[in-house]
Amino acid sequence: MTQTSFTRRVVVGMVAAAAMVAPAAAEVDFSGKTIEWVIPFSETGGSAKWANFFAPLLSEALPGNPTVVVKFMPGAGSTKGANWFQQQKHKDGTLIFGSSGSTQFPYLLGDPRVRYEYSDWIPIMATGTGGVAYLNAEDGARFDGSADGLKDTDFIFGSQGATGLDLVPLLAWQMLGMNVEPVFGIKGRGDGRLMFERGEATIDYQTSSGYLGGSADLVAAGSAVPMMTWGALDENGVIVRDPTFPELPSFKEVCEATDGCETSGVAWDAWKAFFISGYPSQKIAFLPQGTPQEVVDTYVAAFEAVRSRPDFAEISANEVGKYPMFAGAGATNATKEATTVSPEAREYVVNWLKGAYGVSLE
Amino acid sequence: MEILATALPALGEAWGLILQPIVLGYLALGVVMGLAVGVFPGLGGIAGLSLLLPFMFGMDPILGLALMIGMVAVVPTSDTFASVLMGIPGSSASQATVLDGFPMAKKGEAARALSAAFAASLFGGLVGATFLTLFILVARPLVLAFGLPEMLMMTILGLSMVAVLAGRFALKGLAAAGLGLMIGTIGIADAGGSLRMTTYDIPYLTDGLQLVIVGLGVFAVPEIISLLRQDRSIAQGASLGGGWLDGVRDWFANIFLSVRCSIIGVIVGVIPGLGGSVVDWIAYGHTVQTTKDKSNFGKGEVRGVIGPESSNNAKEGGGLVPTLLFGIPGSGSMAIFIGAVALLGTGDIEVGPGMLKDNLDITYSIVWLLALANVLGTVLCIAASGGIAKLTTIRFTYLAPFLFMLISFAAFQSGQNFEDLLALFAIGLIGIFLRRFDWSRPAFLIGFVLSNPVEKFTNQAFQIASFRFRKSFEEGIDYIFSPIVIVLIIITVVSVVLGLRQAKLIMAEGDVQAGTKRAPLIFLLVIMGYLTVALVNASLIPNYNMTDKIVPLVIGGLSMACCLVLLVQMIRRPEGDAIFADKEVAGEDADAPYGLWQTLAWFAALIAATALVGFILALLGFLIAFLRVRAGASWAKTLVLTACGIAFMCLMAGALNRDFPPGLLQSLVDLPWPLT
Repeated sequence: MTQTSFTRRVVVGMVAAAAMVAPAAAEVDFSGKTIEWVIPFSETGGSAKWANFFAPLLSEALPGNPTVVVKFMPGAGSTKGANWFQQQKHKDGTLIFGSSGSTQFPYLLGDPRVRYEYSDWIPIMATGTGGVAYLNAEDGARFDGSADGLKDTDFIFGSQGATGLDLVPLLAWQMLGMNVEPVFGIKGRGDGRLMFERGEATIDYQTSSGYLGGSADLVAAGSAVPMMTWGALDENGVIVRDPTFPELPSFKEVCEATDGCETSGVAWDAWKAFFISGYPSQKIAFLPQGTPQEVVDTYVAAFEAVRSRPDFAEISANEVGKYPMFAGAGATNATKEATTVSPEAREYVVNWLKGAYGVSLE
Repeated sequence: MEILATALPALGEAWGLILQPIVLGYLALGVVMGLAVGVFPGLGGIAGLSLLLPFMFGMDPILGLALMIGMVAVVPTSDTFASVLMGIPGSSASQATVLDGFPMAKKGEAARALSAAFAASLFGGLVGATFLTLFILVARPLVLAFGLPEMLMMTILGLSMVAVLAGRFALKGLAAAGLGLMIGTIGIADAGGSLRMTTYDIPYLTDGLQLVIVGLGVFAVPEIISLLRQDRSIAQGASLGGGWLDGVRDWFANIFLSVRCSIIGVIVGVIPGLGGSVVDWIAYGHTVQTTKDKSNFGKGEVRGVIGPESSNNAKEGGGLVPTLLFGIPGSGSMAIFIGAVALLGTGDIEVGPGMLKDNLDITYSIVWLLALANVLGTVLCIAASGGIAKLTTIRFTYLAPFLFMLISFAAFQSGQNFEDLLALFAIGLIGIFLRRFDWSRPAFLIGFVLSNPVEKFTNQAFQIASFRFRKSFEEGIDYIFSPIVIVLIIITVVSVVLGLRQAKLIMAEGDVQAGTKRAPLIFLLVIMGYLTVALVNASLIPNYNMTDKIVPLVIGGLSMACCLVLLVQMIRRPEGDAIFADKEVAGEDADAPYGLWQTLAWFAALIAATALVGFILALLGFLIAFLRVRAGASWAKTLVLTACGIAFMCLMAGALNRDFPPGLLQSLVDLPWPLT
């Protein structure tokens, strides 16, 4: 019975997709083609999960229902795959590429391995996430919406590295005047949470899905106290409370309440630029340079169709959360936001990384 | 009692879910697919699971689980074929199996070795599942008790197995392990991002070398080359002794060893962060230490197969604990598994802390589906082992080209770079010389495997310990010397002392004759040269990145000290002393009709041709030339075998959606798959 329901889903999906072939882009037909979605990470990461979630949906929504396969090209912190994609030219529209915050940050920081240029690529879809920082119960008792009571405590934080997504929390805590010592070399935020649960780390953060999947239980059990979210962007580009966690203050609010933390100036601009690149536009799907407009339109229409599925909110809860999924012009804006940083902000972060962690990017 | 009250109904529900014909059907399908993927060395569960992923979306959860678990469960079973029959470690789970399994195949006892291994695997899987059923309910505090100092000690316990496997000269074994550790540090350091023995101009090396490549290079390449030089079949005299029933009997005679190693497997598997990389070595070490007559280890001792194989399937079960309870994958395939579970059904099964509370029935279904898949896979494997063992009676010259094809493809899958092939060749050369001069290859591999954990846990534990000491001395001491750490220290010391005493009896390379001074001395000097360069390179890392330089400096320094002592000994001792062991002096290699370099040249030619025209075209030329020239086959036979080889390659790669290494030609012209 269950198998028939599976088969039925496929058949219904194919019929539905066949019926709603986008008329605007009727010339583009992918019947019998195989679309490769290249992910510059290994099979085990968050980007793999993301692409594997969207692949079957995209297949249903594209004209001709091509097979969409996800291909993995890990290496050199995703710069290998991105460098490869930079060399690709449009052939028949069967190649797309998925980048993530870990691809965007080396680009922004001027990592010597980066040989790719985001403005050459054509963004078609973007999704984001949020992040929540939390404290152990003992120190959390001294948190009152400002970090003033936490400035004399030494914290330990399990980190994947200062030049990745952890840059955003590390910079935030430093702006709050907190003394957080990162223990580098863990693989994945799950390991960071485990270190926190063992009591070895005393502060931690998770992306939204990681927080809901594991850390929320710790909070419910009283062994962790949520501190703040990174916030979310409204349509004017202003940081507001994260819609997934409306009861938690954003970093902006905590910063405003804390002595010595400024929500303007070069440090704030730098933090905000990297926050936007790492969270609200974390994962972006691209077509290679030189792709004709009708192919781009076909993909954008397909992703819009995915987004407007009646069950999209439900099935995407695990992957996208309550964050907007952008297609077309929205994705172009998101990419611009994610890959632009003022020279001053960049210099500030590069100097801070060098001074605080001895990270040299030359 | 309270635990049982929640566990028993859930266990009942789980069996209710499992014992539906359609679920068993999906499980069987997964098992068959897993076996097909698993016999292919180097691919393992990750490739197979990625293949299944697109079908998981919205699938009925229990069916999806059955399919995926069937696939994952049998990979550590089926990769035994490659390790026993060809001496190729298929995955990290079967490295130790090679040590005694392959010598058994050489003695013509392949079927016996295989069935003993499978029986042990099956039993290990079942013991693991039984143990887990109860243990998973109380596992959480135990897993949390394993902090960084405990994991560091566990890694050191793994490293202490070098003592057992060091060979006749403990110093040589230590230096080999040190070299392995140093080669493991190549690349961008995890902690501070410093470059070690690499530059950004060679992006390939910045990621470090992959375990698959080092495993294949150290074990498979030297054995393939050696057998090919001798131009015989794997089984000496091409005769098969010892049927599959003997193997099962062997296993039954050693059932308590099997129980102990299964428990070791579950417990080590439970600890997140260690994964499976140490478990088979610890099991092998334990096996050696508890065996009265140690003289047969490394030469085909069946206990040396039963021990590690009992542990590696049990480990898969243990690995479920961190995966299901904490959402932290114990291995690459488990990471995909977690991602895939979120796609199942309505997506409401979230792997993580909630699994026990909300989905205990699903949790138990997973545990017992794994056990059931083991049973199914093992029965199929045992049934096939008699037939497949006949491979060892074929003249090796007919097998070798296909093995070169397989290991090249497997190596390429690890990074999808042409450099993977070069790395395989380079590590293969190291392996050939380690073997020739009787430097322990297992010690080298253990060093490589544990390089990253040793460095990571040392740095992290040191950082947190110094943080605790700043608070108070007592808190620091409590942190470092927890009861678990103390127990592990005692076990480690005992195993090192016993190990060193026993190591002289275990000759993994057989009895190697000693020869003149010149060749062994040159090899030692080359190693010292590399260590010097690596030491200088590490010392150039600025001091603010102490975390990146301290481990290479200390390990490199110690290895250098071992080498210096060896150097003095080599200078002072007379020629013919056992320290100058050299396989080219006497024995199989020395008597072989073909030379080392002319045999190796075939492999080099395949790689060079790949660089020019891509893998499939190069393979076409290689197979034809090899079979015609080296094997002296008729044109008809040559063409049929070549066609079979290439068809098999394309079929596997096509089904798994894998690419082949491209060459210069491919960068100039667009060619259709599989020529791309």
